[in-house]
Formats: sequence, C-alpha cells, structure tokens
Amino acid sequence: MTGANTAINLSVFGIFVLLTLYIVYRASTRNVSASDYYAAGSSFTGTQNGIALSGDFLSAASFLGISGAIAVNGYDGFLYSIGWVVAWLIGLMLIAERMRNTGRYTMGDVMAFRMRQRPVRAAAANATLVISIFYMIAQMAGAGGLMALLLDVHSSVGQAIIIAVVGVVMVLYVLVGGMKGTTWVQIIKAVLLVLSVSLLTIFLIGKFGFDFSAMLDRATQKSPLGQAVLSPGVKYGSSGLTKLDFLSLALALVLGTASLPHVLMRFYTVPNAREARRSVVWATWMMAIFYSCTLVIGFGAMALVGTDKITGAPGGENSAAPLLAFQVGGTVLLGIVCAVAFATILAVVAGLTLTASASFAHDVYANVIKRGEADPREEVRVARITAVCVGVLAIVGGIAANGQNVAFLVALAFALAASANLPTLLYSMFWKRFNTRGTLWSIYGGLTSCVLLIVFSPAISGSKSSVFPDVDFAYFPLSNPGIVSIPLSFLAGFLGTILSKEPADPAKQSEMEVRGLTGIGSGLR
Amino acid sequence: MTKALPSVSRPATPGFATFDEHPHSLLIDGDGEPDFGAIQTSEDFLALKRRVTRFIVPATLLFLAWYVTFVLLSAYAADFMSTPLFGTVNVGLTMGFLQFVTTIIITMAYARYAKKRLDPQVDKVRALAETAEELA
Repeated sequence: MTGANTAINLSVFGIFVLLTLYIVYRASTRNVSASDYYAAGSSFTGTQNGIALSGDFLSAASFLGISGAIAVNGYDGFLYSIGWVVAWLIGLMLIAERMRNTGRYTMGDVMAFRMRQRPVRAAAANATLVISIFYMIAQMAGAGGLMALLLDVHSSVGQAIIIAVVGVVMVLYVLVGGMKGTTWVQIIKAVLLVLSVSLLTIFLIGKFGFDFSAMLDRATQKSPLGQAVLSPGVKYGSSGLTKLDFLSLALALVLGTASLPHVLMRFYTVPNAREARRSVVWATWMMAIFYSCTLVIGFGAMALVGTDKITGAPGGENSAAPLLAFQVGGTVLLGIVCAVAFATILAVVAGLTLTASASFAHDVYANVIKRGEADPREEVRVARITAVCVGVLAIVGGIAANGQNVAFLVALAFALAASANLPTLLYSMFWKRFNTRGTLWSIYGGLTSCVLLIVFSPAISGSKSSVFPDVDFAYFPLSNPGIVSIPLSFLAGFLGTILSKEPADPAKQSEMEVRGLTGIGSGLR
Repeated sequence: MTKALPSVSRPATPGFATFDEHPHSLLIDGDGEPDFGAIQTSEDFLALKRRVTRFIVPATLLFLAWYVTFVLLSAYAADFMSTPLFGTVNVGLTMGFLQFVTTIIITMAYARYAKKRLDPQVDKVRALAETAEELA
C-alpha cells in the first residue's frame, strides 16, 4: 500500500470524526439531566433507534471479521451471521417492550425492580462492567491490529498512539454528547456501513452476471480447500469436541445478543414500548441485509482476491474486505471501506463506554452507595468521571492486548451476557416466585462459571493460538463456555429461588407484570 | 397528590366488579397510584396476557427449534448439508439464508399481530388506570 493511499484513508476518517463531533456538539446543547445523559431524554423515534441499535451491534468484528471468516473458512464463517440475525427475535418478542416499560436507564433497573435493591443492583452493575470492558478491550485491540493494514502503521508505538487517539475521540463523544450524541454517531455510522456494503455487494454480484452460483464456483477454484469451503466443517468439523464447541458458540450467539448491556440500554432512548418494538423491527431488517451482504462479500473476496493472498496479508482474515475493495475500486474505495471500519470501532466503543459509565453511576453510585438519594446532577457528574476512567482502562487494555488473539474476548462477552443476564431477565419478567437470592445466584453463577471456564479453556493456555501458549492449565476442553454456563445459570437462579426462605414480593410482582405489558405506572405514553 | 383526587376508593373486589359502582371504574388505590394487584386480576389484563402468550410462546419455540436444527445439521450432518441444490449452492447455504427469511417473516408477523391484537388491548387496560396516570 502506498503513502497516497494512507493519506486518503486518513482524510476520509478525519472528515468522519470532524463531522460526527460537530453533530454531537450540536445535538447536545441541553445535555444536562440524567435522562438526557443516559437515555437521550427518550426522544428518539423507533426508526432512528433501530438504525442506532444495528450500529451499536455491528462492530468491526462483524464487518471485517465475518467477511474475512467467510473468505477463509467459507460456510463455517457464515454461521456467526445467522446466530446474530436470529437472536433479534428474542429481543423483539421477549425483551424490548418489557425493558422499556419497566426500566429507566440501566439493566439494573429491571433486574432490581421487585428485588432488594442494593445487592441486585451491585450484581447487575458487576455484570455490565465485566461484559462491557471485555468487549471494549477486544474492540480496541482489534483497532490496533487494523492499523497495520489500513494505515500502514507497523511500529508498536505508532499503533499504541492510534489506539489512544481512538480512545480519546470516543470519550469525547460520550462526554460531550451523552446518549444523544452517541446515538447520532451510531446512526451515521450504521447508514454508512450498510450503504457501503450494499453497494459493494451489488457491484460484486454484477461482476458475476448476478449469478451467485457462478461466484461460488469461482470462489471454490481460488480456495485451497476447493468444494469443501461450501460445506460445514472446515473450522469446526475436525472432531467431536470441536463440534461441541461449535454448538456452544451457536448457543451463546443466539442467546447473548439481546442481553448485551449496551443493546439493552438502547431501548430507553425511545418514548414507549411501541417505539421500542419498532426499533427492533428496523434493527432486524438492517442486520438481515447486512449479513446477506457479508456473505456475498466474503465469497467475493475468496473469488477475486483468493484465500492465500488474504491469509498472507498483514491483518490476516480481517483484511478480506479491504483487499477486495482495493481490487474492485482502487485506493478510493479502499479509503472509504477503511474509514467505515474505523468509524465502526469508534462508535461501538463509545456505546460501550456510555453503558459502563451509566451502570456505575446509576446502579452503584446512586443506588448502592447513596441508597437512591443521589442528586441527579451529581449522578451525571459521576457518570462522566466514570466514562473517562473506563476510557483510560480501555486504552491501556487495548494497548496491552494489541496483537494478542482476542477473538475469545468477544465470544466471552456473548457467553457472559447469555449466562449472567438472559436467565435473570427472563426469570424476573416471567416467573412469579423468582426472588432476590435467585437473582443473585443466576447473575453471579453465570458470571463466575463463565469467567472460570474461559480461564481454564484452550483460549488461554495450552494450544498454539492461546494467550499463554507455553503453559497448560486448560482443564476445560471447549473455548466457548456457553453450553455449560448458560444452563448452569438457569439452574442457579431456580435453586436460589426455591432454597430461599424469603418469598417474592407479590405487590411488586403485580406491578412489574402489569407495567411490563402495558406501561401503566411508568409515566410513558 | 392525594388531595387532587375527588373520590377514590380501593375497589371492594378486584376486577370489573367495580364497573357498577363507578362509571369510570378506576383501578387505583387510596394514594392515587394504580392498583396493580387489581389490574393484574382484571379480565382485560388477563385477556391481554393470553394474547401475548398465544403468539410469543409458539413463535419462540418455533424459531429456536428451527435454529437448533440448522446448527445440529451443520455439525453432525455435513454430507446432507453439502448436497448441491441450485448449481453450486448447497442445502446448508440455502437453509442458512432461509434462517434470515424466517427471521424477517416472524418479525413482521409479530409487528402486525402486536399492532392489531395487542396494542388495542393494552389501551383498554390502560384506560382502567387512566385517571391515576394523569393525576400521578
């Protein structure tokens, strides 16, 4: 790649940053109250929030990672996208409307609704912080890896500087814009991303005379695996254990998506349950279109660039989409694709920072430390300070993890969300008897079992691609813990509830059920 | 807040039994807050709950079963999934794409069902506690 190319990348990216910062600044002149900071005053429409939801969810891992995984592993790469699309049905039918009706700012609002406030809120905040920070470090580290490819920055100092710049810009979004600004960044980014992959897809499939089959045919010729890339098993089919690992991953993807804290928090930016429902409908459409496109882009990259060239490039699998863009559209298209990838990282990390800061300020500071008596202005100040701390943590973590194999962090975030959050949310919404002990057991049971299983998994030690390849304490054979930790968390929540002598509060249960379905008592229209 | 309420009393028996006494049957308690226990057992709310359950339970089971089938077939029936269907496009890729299609179909069906069958019922239940909301 040439210097001129880097200049184009940098200028497209620079324009995006300046434009979004300006919009964030304009959107946030009255960004003072807690409701403004956490939930954008609930002023977004379902359509806007739906686009922002897809923006929050489509990380660089989805764009570069999935198209790359398809370009290299074919069918097995495609499986991720399916889980991520299907997962939105859980969000749509079970979570979105009840979440909007019962809570105000955080996931803790819903989990603690009919339980003892302080322990449950502390647990919900712990889950939120752990999940968000894991997810964020993975994004930041990925940002460093991308630089090598996109900006031609190879020195570790240079990459560290870029990670720091990404971190600072995203903290600025959050501090200046709060939820409103962050939402606009997500909307701009999601539109750019979906538009550019759609155009690229139409162009690619046009090159093959709008014949997907012909494209696949060409792809199999360019892959060392031949016809096998179109069949399952390239990545996960080698043994019974890898197949089990694959099932575990599939489970975490479909159950984790709709319980990621930064996705849940989005439902508060709309005024009522009907708009929350519309957001998910929009998000689902965006996802289905986006992931259909990545299928074409992935196989297109395999056909036009060739698997060998992709795996040989700096950045490996992740370089499939940029290399393809360069192949079909030269430096300008490459610049655009790279800038969109940057924007994606930036926006997702901003969303995560906001979620983590809201959870600390609203659940831990206002409700656990101040016992619900905090001054709202003070609460927002705490949230902003937390955002800066989380930002610094993400920058440091991102630099430390730069170049590491961090894919497991993303998988872990999904498994954590599916095991700590989903059982708790479903129980508290749908099971009358569920009580405080059940809540604590299911959150902490899911959280700790997930983290422990990851620590003792091959992702951390014992194999060539581990973080510590030289030592071996991989007692748990699967790299994804979901298949064990998700049922475990459901079980823990059940046992905690029936073993507790403290009965559920029936009045609060009535209130939560009525409010969840109708919004009565929430003040929402 | 309490003094702003003209004549509020807890319904003697929960539910629609109070319709006879108050033409604008308010399911609100002595403090002007909605009486959630009474609403929860009211006929209108139970009907809403039934309508919600009737859709989301079968739909959730259906899409989970369909997804799990796809995942299991991919893991343990690779040969079947590799059978070519249209040119080089095989059963697995087609089924994967159909997952997208069914997701969209269920999403739109739910949106439609919610608009036609759930939202009007929600409005009915909300009317039970309307005055309480306005005064609160």
